[in-house]
Amino acid sequence: MTISKDAFETQVLAILGPLHGVARRLTKNEADAEDLVAESVTRAWRARASLADAGAFRAWMFRILNNTFISERRKALARPREELLVEDGDEEEGAFSIFERLHQPFLLWFANPEQEFLDKLLREDLDRALAALPEHYRVVVVLADVEGLKYGDIAETLDVPVGTVRSRLARGRSALQRTLWNVARDHGVQASRAADTHG
Amino acid sequence: MSETDDVGCEQALRHLVEFIDHELSDSDHDSVERHLRTCRGCCSRMEFESRLKQRLSALSTEDVPSTTRDRVRNLIKRF
Repeated sequence: MTISKDAFETQVLAILGPLHGVARRLTKNEADAEDLVAESVTRAWRARASLADAGAFRAWMFRILNNTFISERRKALARPREELLVEDGDEEEGAFSIFERLHQPFLLWFANPEQEFLDKLLREDLDRALAALPEHYRVVVVLADVEGLKYGDIAETLDVPVGTVRSRLARGRSALQRTLWNVARDHGVQASRAADTHG
Repeated sequence: MSETDDVGCEQALRHLVEFIDHELSDSDHDSVERHLRTCRGCCSRMEFESRLKQRLSALSTEDVPSTTRDRVRNLIKRF
């Protein structure tokens, strides 16, 4: 059964926060985020017959948002979809872990440099690190870690296999931690000894 | 992994992210959990990764600008 207008409005408004949040992280711009949400809602209404299960509204709506973003970007940049989705290439510099940089196993229990690191991170540091991620990693990290979607829902949202979600998530989180590490260094948050040791 | 496996640090760390994301099967989840109960290093790592994920998920609680909310409402009215 096709969703009614009232039910559609209720469902959209219920997830407008996450929807707008993802749009803002994709576009990195408040005005563009609003346009993206509006265009996605319009496309969703037109495509409402494709919503097979009302319980899957959230994943369905995120999928439309993501596809709308990709098609709008493609139009703007006159580039094919494949280039925007940059398949998992070899641009990574290897796995990066803040924990491995900071953890000192022989410290007394009350000394916890990795915890101090997290405590000193500001919300804007996390925002900056997310914004710095390549697009194909950013969307997966945002959906998994910020919006809390399951891997299966992310796979459905992005129309990729679950294995691709896992690998992009691993690489995206590694890149995020590398950026956070650099942000922290710039702000003097990193323990100087750890920074000296690892560069 | 299988239910009877004794998971070592390497295996536990390989599955740590999926453990935190609740994406492992029940038996694999239990195997990693058993290891974490006995390994301080892996447990510290798990706590760090969980806390970082919590910090990220806290970013989700942002308000929608009233202009966006009004625009979406008006848009749907016209459908």
